[in-house]
Amino acid sequence: MAKKSEGGMKAKRLTADIITYIFLSIMCVVWLLPFFWVIMQSFRDGIGQFISTFLPEKYTLKNYIALFTDFTTINFPRMFMNTFFVACCSCVISTFFVLAVSFSLSRVKWKMRKPYMNTAMVITLFPGFMSMVAVYFILKALGMTEGDKIYLSLIICYSSGAGVGFHVMKGYMDTIPKSLDEAAMIDGCTRWQVFTKITLPLCKPMIVYQIITSFMGPWMDFVFAKVIAGTKSQYWTVSIGLFNMLEKEYVEVWFVRFCAGAVLISIPISILYLMTQKCYQEAMGGAVKG
Amino acid sequence: MSNTLTKAAAKRNSGKDPYSLLAALQNGGPVVWASCLIMGLGNMLNGQLIKGLIFLAIELGVFAFLFLGEGMDYIKLLPSLGDREMQEVWNDDKGIYEYVMGDQSQLILLYGIAALCIIALLVFVWQMAVRSGYKAQTMKRNGEKVLGFVDDFKTLFDENIHKLLMILPTAAIAVFTILPLLYMMSMAFTDYSKDNNTLVLFNWVGLDNFKALFSSTNAIGKQFGDVLTWTLIWAFFATFLNFFLGTFVAIIINRKTIKLKGLWRGCLSLTIAIPQFVSLMIIRSMLMPQGIINRMLLDSGLIDTALPFFSNATWARVAVIVINCWVGIPYTIMQVTGILQNIPAEQYEAATIDGANAVQQFMNITLPYMIFVLTPYIITQFTGNINNFNVIYLLTRGEPLQIGNTAGDTDLLVTWLYKLTVDQQKYNMGAVIGIFTFVVLAVVSLVTYRSSGSYKDEEAFK
Repeated sequence: MAKKSEGGMKAKRLTADIITYIFLSIMCVVWLLPFFWVIMQSFRDGIGQFISTFLPEKYTLKNYIALFTDFTTINFPRMFMNTFFVACCSCVISTFFVLAVSFSLSRVKWKMRKPYMNTAMVITLFPGFMSMVAVYFILKALGMTEGDKIYLSLIICYSSGAGVGFHVMKGYMDTIPKSLDEAAMIDGCTRWQVFTKITLPLCKPMIVYQIITSFMGPWMDFVFAKVIAGTKSQYWTVSIGLFNMLEKEYVEVWFVRFCAGAVLISIPISILYLMTQKCYQEAMGGAVKG
Repeated sequence: MSNTLTKAAAKRNSGKDPYSLLAALQNGGPVVWASCLIMGLGNMLNGQLIKGLIFLAIELGVFAFLFLGEGMDYIKLLPSLGDREMQEVWNDDKGIYEYVMGDQSQLILLYGIAALCIIALLVFVWQMAVRSGYKAQTMKRNGEKVLGFVDDFKTLFDENIHKLLMILPTAAIAVFTILPLLYMMSMAFTDYSKDNNTLVLFNWVGLDNFKALFSSTNAIGKQFGDVLTWTLIWAFFATFLNFFLGTFVAIIINRKTIKLKGLWRGCLSLTIAIPQFVSLMIIRSMLMPQGIINRMLLDSGLIDTALPFFSNATWARVAVIVINCWVGIPYTIMQVTGILQNIPAEQYEAATIDGANAVQQFMNITLPYMIFVLTPYIITQFTGNINNFNVIYLLTRGEPLQIGNTAGDTDLLVTWLYKLTVDQQKYNMGAVIGIFTFVVLAVVSLVTYRSSGSYKDEEAFK
């Protein structure tokens, strides 16, 4: 009797497992199908957005080659370099800002500390581009929306707000024992030395996380870039470029190239993303013990 | 006599900052009072020459900007926002009409607000200067060593390091976040809009725009209720469907007997790694009337006409919510998996001994624990979804758009704000919508956070 019910349990569990596997497989297919489709489309020989078969009939590398050789309307390598340049600059500035603010909030007690944190919270509640249009007006009034100054404007846009995004870094710094600072200061270290010689090295995984996250910002955003660069195509970043490839006037020729571009951009970004996850887990797992 | 006075003052202020502005004004004496007018005088006379000169330079600089420069002109124009129109003036020498630039309200508003901010900054520096002068004087009188400029500078690397580190980030936030916000908010009280042909010269209109927002006759007002409702519905479904479906999938992957856990999670989290705008634009292309999904369905004979993903309001709304699940479930899985593994196993063992089945265990152990831990996450998700520009704009661009409307049927407050400002140049109404979005967000996050378990009882699960 007991044996039979055990067997029943096993059978039940097996059915549940099989159903689960089937369910998970279907989910994975649904989740991966669009990406698979785009990769296939990027190798399609032909033009146009709409096709009658799921998989291309003829395969070619032409689309990838065209991205790097056809500069008549959209210059993909230039967009790539624009984004790369803006991303490098803004990631240096934002990382510095985040570190500076986090250290001040986490390790130093000062009068305006709480008001600063509250203000930061209120600021994050405003819709991001409510201020964006105004930022554009300000940059325009400063004469920074013409020519190469557009790069500067973009860098400012992506990095100026970094000072309110301190939560993750501050949270991490809070876990570093205060006793380390105190010991160092008894030995005659200034707070600056505590910052550069103790806190920063201990935050290394988190700093890498921060650097990659802020580096990825300009690659992912297209709203700010669209407002600031507008129709001046030589200053487009990758995301506006890809967005514009799907606009009416380009889509016929550029759709397959869009797919190729999407694949090319997604590869480095996903690698960077996986790196941030690794750093984040490392940081959270190996928090400094007192 | 004066010594006993300072002592008394110090006693009264014990526990508080002995060098507060009030103390400085009460006990400072002539030099400190004079440094209220000539900033830095107190420092200069008490052995901090360079610091005093810096204060004085700031004061002179601001006054030069206000009175010699254009600062005061803009502040004076601020109440009227300017009314000189561009004029044609006959130039006799050249024999042509010349255009004379009129006022530009937008610049007057911007520079006016900036000038007011600079004055506020001056007041801040002023009280710093007065207090610092008083401090130097008191220390000198008490025979303590007054810090010279170099030593003072060195404190920036030690006990005052926060001043050194905070100045740049704070300045950037002030100029490129707070100033723009003030500027944009003040636009809500003007008639700055393409509609009234007031793109160059506009005026203050008080609360008219807010009244218009709630009147059913106004083009914006008649849609506000609909857009607000849809924004809240969207945020609700987008948040909770993601949360429950994601939790469900995470739990079944987490079952003891399931193998290849990493593979399943990896496949599902690929959507996170790929830039969101890429995947959303791909989905948009796939859902087009002639897109691949409709094509496959038509070819297989399941439907006769293309599914109206972007042309029917209900279809479009359901589609964006479903696709948002596709985007969002992997995030939930990642969040939830770690938490599931943290639930103490003894609780389940005890429940099994007491005879609770899987459903009861889930309802009484797993769910309460997760809701407790994840409330802040859910609130962030909810507010994030109210502000979710990317999903809506990249998928539907707010369409379908009914004729005569400024907001499409899937437009959220934020995408509407974007359209009103960037595309339609109705800056005043855009600003009003922005302020309301802020109010909605603030109310939602405050109410939910305050009534959540993790706020009321931080220790519940410790």
